[in-house]
Amino acid sequence: MTENAPIISTGLNHSFGTGEARKQAIWDVDVSIARGSLTVLMGPSGSGKTTLLTLLGCLREVQDGSVRLLGAELRGSDEAQMVMLRRRLGFIFQAHNLHESLTASQNVLMGLQVHGAGNARMQLEATHHMLEIVGLSDRMNYLPGSLSGGQKQRVAVARALVSNPQIVFADEPTAALDKESGLNVVAMLKALGQTRQTTTVMVTHDNRILELADRIITMEDGRIVNDAET
Amino acid sequence: MSRLLTYLFGRLPIGWLQLSHNKARLAAAVSGVAFANLLVFMQLGILGALNGSTIAPYTMLSADILVSSEDGNTLTDSGNVARTRMFQALGVPGVASAAPLYIGNLPFSMTDGTSVSLLAFGVDTSHPSFVSPVIAASLGALETENTALLDTQTRGVPETAFHGLLEGKPFSFEVNGQTMTAIGTLEVGGGFLADGTLVVSDQTFLRFFERRSSGAPSHILIKANDNVSLDSVVERLEAVLPAQSVKVQTLEGAAKADLAFMSTERPTGIIFGFGVLIGIIVGIVIVYQVLSTDVADHLREYATFKAMGYGQPFFLGVVFEEAIVLAIFGFIPGFVVSLGLYAGLSAVTGLPVSMDASRAILVFLGTLAACTISGALATRRLAGADPADLF
Ligand SMILES: Nc1ncnc2c1ncn2[C@@H]1O[C@H](COP(=O)(O)OP(=O)(O)O)[C@@H](O)[C@H]1O
Ligand SMILES: [Mg+2]
Repeated sequence: MTENAPIISTGLNHSFGTGEARKQAIWDVDVSIARGSLTVLMGPSGSGKTTLLTLLGCLREVQDGSVRLLGAELRGSDEAQMVMLRRRLGFIFQAHNLHESLTASQNVLMGLQVHGAGNARMQLEATHHMLEIVGLSDRMNYLPGSLSGGQKQRVAVARALVSNPQIVFADEPTAALDKESGLNVVAMLKALGQTRQTTTVMVTHDNRILELADRIITMEDGRIVNDAET
Repeated sequence: MSRLLTYLFGRLPIGWLQLSHNKARLAAAVSGVAFANLLVFMQLGILGALNGSTIAPYTMLSADILVSSEDGNTLTDSGNVARTRMFQALGVPGVASAAPLYIGNLPFSMTDGTSVSLLAFGVDTSHPSFVSPVIAASLGALETENTALLDTQTRGVPETAFHGLLEGKPFSFEVNGQTMTAIGTLEVGGGFLADGTLVVSDQTFLRFFERRSSGAPSHILIKANDNVSLDSVVERLEAVLPAQSVKVQTLEGAAKADLAFMSTERPTGIIFGFGVLIGIIVGIVIVYQVLSTDVADHLREYATFKAMGYGQPFFLGVVFEEAIVLAIFGFIPGFVVSLGLYAGLSAVTGLPVSMDASRAILVFLGTLAACTISGALATRRLAGADPADLF
């Protein structure tokens, strides 16, 4: 079963800086994450959660050890391979990072167009469907500037999920939201993960999200100190 | 616009949407490009006028070879040649005929007190084959003492002054205390040296320029026999005529040499050429500024696109899309305003400042190239968009 897991890291180490200033942020992390699960990464600030997420998510070069993502070894892979792999992933950041000059539906469309031009009508339909799912069918043509914080984050979720990614990585996606819209966003992620068999890895401190998690990994000083299936 | 670009690119026109979202930045960039275009168009217009007015006098002549004083700069700015050279030349095999040409600058005051300087061409009235058909037709009439053909394009003289003349009514004016009678017109236009042109017979010319002698014309015009190579006749003339005092050129070669002289050795030519360069640099710098701040302002968004799986070609495409949008949107107003300024400038100065299609196309292509260069420079900033920094 572990063999087929979408994310497998073994002996993963990572350091920032060089010489005197060199500081190791990840120590010997071995982890295997099952398909379709919602895994939460916890731990105090500075414990290496974000660094681990960017390593597993193909956003940062692997220095030492191994990460197998969707069957591909990330260690030593080149930029072009990483770009192709990223297209099968979805990212949700703490900040929504929406393009201010694009409408909600255009922002979501960007998540689809990365896969090639395709049939414009079908892309548009998928985009509108995704925005309906996140409850924004009446805000499709709004620019981010005229959406609320929660609405913007929901657009970001729609953008990450519209291409039906195999894995979703999220780093404190609800930190910038009030409680209600935060829970809203996570419930949506959970539901989509279940219906689509999406694997989700999320950094969060939100207790109510922990209740939804299949697995909770706790980090301290760059090491995994607790790993619990719920 | 968006829809058209979406269709063209097969993707959302991010560059265009981004530029048009920030209206102030777009306006600044477009006016910058327009201004650079305007600068280049004005400089090229004046350079073109300079070239046009350098060539214009040649249109009055019809000859194969020009023998000039060795130290002369251009057709209208040269020393004298001894007329004996003409007789020597006539003895050279391949030379069919030869005629003297006298050129001098004739200042005169109009009745309203404004002074105008005319470049006077004294031609040999017995040789109609050496002048353009328009002048040739009037050579007989020019044999009458103190008669002239007057340039209707003369700067500072209203076109209405020529109405009577065009209807066949001669009019007289005073030059150097003598009366000159204009009996016909021609169209040459003013240049940087004179306001207009006057064509007279060599006899009339010598009467008005008391210091000039019939033995020392400004140039000698030569016609070669049919079916001989001009270059070989030039060579034979060079062998016969003393190189330290005269130079022998084909008329075409002389015109080209005049152009080269005016644009590379005269300060005016150099200044305007330099102006073109400045315009191009201004354009590149402005577009670079706009594009690189635009990239810098959107680094997070670009990094997000990188995380989503967009590769380098996509980002280059966006920046170049912006560059091309700026080139097109800046060129159009720059071109239109230039047309207006050209009309104004030629009305005020009488110089032949006008737009031609090849210049417009050249400047447009140059604008595209300059914007592309700026875009290429601005893309270096894209390296700063690191998706690992987003979380
Ligand atoms: N880009 C970076 N350059 C240098 N040090 C970094 C960088 N990113 C993170 N770190 C360091 O690595 C450690 C782990 O950081 P991070 O992964 O962001 O922790 P967390 O997300 O758990 O708060 C911290 O000590 C932090 O200072
Ligand atoms: Mg963090």
